[in-house]
Amino acid sequence: MPDVVPAIITNQIPMSFTQLAFYFFAAVMVLASTMVITIRNPVKAALFLVLAFVSGACVWMTLEAEFLAIVLVLVYVGAVMVLFLFVVMMLDVNLTRLREGFGEYLPIGGLVAVLMVLEMVIVLSADSFDQQNMPRPEPQAEGYSNTKELGRLLYTFYVYPFELAAIILLVAIIAAIALTLRKRPQTKYQNPAEQVAVRREDRVRLVKMAAERRKDNQP
Amino acid sequence: MIPLAHYLILGAIMFALSVIGIFLNRKNVVILLMSIELLLLAINTNFLAFSHYLQDTAGQVFVFFILTVAAAESAIGLAILIVLFRNRHTINVEDLDTLKG
Repeated sequence: MPDVVPAIITNQIPMSFTQLAFYFFAAVMVLASTMVITIRNPVKAALFLVLAFVSGACVWMTLEAEFLAIVLVLVYVGAVMVLFLFVVMMLDVNLTRLREGFGEYLPIGGLVAVLMVLEMVIVLSADSFDQQNMPRPEPQAEGYSNTKELGRLLYTFYVYPFELAAIILLVAIIAAIALTLRKRPQTKYQNPAEQVAVRREDRVRLVKMAAERRKDNQP
Repeated sequence: MIPLAHYLILGAIMFALSVIGIFLNRKNVVILLMSIELLLLAINTNFLAFSHYLQDTAGQVFVFFILTVAAAESAIGLAILIVLFRNRHTINVEDLDTLKG
């Protein structure tokens, strides 16, 4: 079959760039996560977490999940990580106490983690996940919109879970505000409801009295 | 061509790293929360890999919901952390023994 070979060759060139991008971003992601869990300073850990999330978004981009990749950058890096940085910088913690016993559980934790990865690699190296049984699908045609497809699914089949997600976010907003709100007795603040509801009788008192005159007749 | 197994192994490595992170930083609540975020990132990568290779957009919808719940979780977690620090002046897990558990 001579016409099959050129097809493979023409497919090979754009795919190799995707491959390069995937392995590069995956390596950055793993390195950044390693730094997150080992670095001493929590601010630097948060910044490495940002790097891990951005590389994760790039890996998601190679999976043609464009909408979620952008959402990861906007929501996670833009909002959640900034929240983390705020909190880390607000708290004045004694780092040396927090680092006590840092390596204490490293042997057992490392053993568990290495075993877990090895087991996963053994399972995943089976034939079920290789090129023949799970071939990479063709790239989507021109004009295909991942956002549109996701929105179509969200607003039809998943509309109840979508509304539940909205309620979860509302609960999260109320919970976060209610938890951190505190009354400070020494702060002076105004009550707008009382200000609006005030009447003339509350503020002004008319007193009937005779005119007064100074005894020595001086002005 | 990237086989599906490579995406899954990436997810497994990220998952294992966050488990080590929970073991190592068991005294610092902030790093514990960050490890949980990494763990969810690994899970989401797995979901998206299967979603792409099986050509089923439902996986992406699940990732969408996981992102929502994770954002809510971290917001509430950090709020609890702030209240905790305000009352106890520490974020060391070992000092949080008021419940005598």
